[in-house]
Amino acid sequence: MSASTTRRKTINRIVGLLSGLSAAIALFLLASILYTLIARGLPAFNLDMITKSMAPTGENGGLANAIVGSLIQVAIGMAIAIPIGILAGTYLAEYARDSKLAEATRFVSDVLLAAPSILVGLFVYTLLVATTKTYSGFAGGVALAVIAIPIIIRTTEDMLQLVPTPMREASAALGAPMYKTVTRITWRAALPGIMTGMLLALARIAGETAPLLFTSLGNLNWSTSLGKPMASLPIAIYQYAASPYEDLVQIAWAGALLITLGVLLINIVAQLVVGRKK
Amino acid sequence: MTQAPRMSSLADVVTRQNTLAGTTPFVTTRNLNFYYGDNHALKDINLEFPAKRVTALIGPSGCGKSTLLRVFNRMYSLYPGQRATGEVLMDGDNLIDPKIDATDLRARVGMVFQKPTPFPMSIHDNIAYGLKLHLKLSKAELEERVEWSLRKAALWEEAKDRLHSSALGMSGGQQQRLCIARTIAVKPEVLLFDEPTSALDPISTAKIEELIAELRADFTILIVTHSMQQAARCSDQTVFMYLGNVIEVGPTAQIFTNPSVQQTMEYVTGRFG
Repeated sequence: MSASTTRRKTINRIVGLLSGLSAAIALFLLASILYTLIARGLPAFNLDMITKSMAPTGENGGLANAIVGSLIQVAIGMAIAIPIGILAGTYLAEYARDSKLAEATRFVSDVLLAAPSILVGLFVYTLLVATTKTYSGFAGGVALAVIAIPIIIRTTEDMLQLVPTPMREASAALGAPMYKTVTRITWRAALPGIMTGMLLALARIAGETAPLLFTSLGNLNWSTSLGKPMASLPIAIYQYAASPYEDLVQIAWAGALLITLGVLLINIVAQLVVGRKK
Repeated sequence: MTQAPRMSSLADVVTRQNTLAGTTPFVTTRNLNFYYGDNHALKDINLEFPAKRVTALIGPSGCGKSTLLRVFNRMYSLYPGQRATGEVLMDGDNLIDPKIDATDLRARVGMVFQKPTPFPMSIHDNIAYGLKLHLKLSKAELEERVEWSLRKAALWEEAKDRLHSSALGMSGGQQQRLCIARTIAVKPEVLLFDEPTSALDPISTAKIEELIAELRADFTILIVTHSMQQAARCSDQTVFMYLGNVIEVGPTAQIFTNPSVQQTMEYVTGRFG
């Protein structure tokens, strides 16, 4: 073997080793997080958690109001974000590919995608809380929508751009107006990808805490009123985890486990949706 | 640039001499020019396309044959910056006149593309899609027309038991015949084929060519092809184009055996292009 071949093989081995090692570290971190979550969350992960509302220490409470609050706010967020995100993504991919307005929208949307979520919370605080003088579940839902919209825009645009141009031309060649081509052909062709984007946005906002801090605030009592402060799982975890009482801390762990499992489930469903396309 | 006018006037002479005997022109272009932005892609095209005959458009890549094809159904109007001037006459209408509605035009002039483009829906719905755009049909009439189209495209026997399964599960050749079925379903008068077999295997290609020969009885057909053999096999008239000009047009047999222009001979015998 020549010197350069030996050298090449050595470098090859080193690079392989380093990347393998890094993968192992990443996996170890993930596994240890999951292990801790399960070990500490499992004791309080029971029926009480989903049937009883939050209660002071020693009263054997649960997280029911936080779970329902999260579901309501996530539902509001998605209800706002899905139509706006899909239509904006469609505009970028189908109607205005290279226009100045599209480029500006794309840029702003990407900035928003990377914006710290606490900023989104402050923004909605100024918009909806400061003006109405009350924290509310609705404001929480809007804050979650602001997080979800750029995710849905991006994935919708990307997925629509994967639809081959001849497919659009074939539809136009049959005499279809543009809106028919978009709604009947390109949306349909990109549907699995668009669904995945929606699920990823859902998974993302289900675990968001910062945007809710200044908007729905959290609520220790049962409340489903959109005009009043509303509990949510991430905020409840935040509140309980910092408490000095062991029983509340344990419920916080159980709540964290619940969110993690929920997000995991959504991600698995998203993978299945994409997988079905192939 | 001094060459361009000479070439097209030569083509005019050739056109007059070689109009297919016993046919009437169904589509005629007069001083047709086409531009991609500033790029002058078609130069003073004057052609006649005889009714119920197959015209092949041949020439090296970039000669403008696909561009010409896409003028007849105004496909170019989807893209800003592309425009045509002059006249494309059919039944007294100038097809490129914006006053003619593009949707109506495309019901009269159908197009089949290079790659099969089945829509992500069932075989049945692929055909119903175009029908529902243009016609108000009862359920029974719709089913009847779907069957008629599939029979016409020689696909009925293969498709009748799976009408409601996805079109994406068919082979490439079947998908292309489905695209043909979908196009003829609305009974257009003109069919445009843009290299319809370039993505297909030889057996599927033979089936499509057979089909074109049968469709010739009902439709006026224009086909762009890179295959000289295909042009020779399935067309009545051949147009040879180069750099946006029509170099020669005539009965296919004559273009391939005894062309009047040196350049045509060199192209059809494979010496350039």
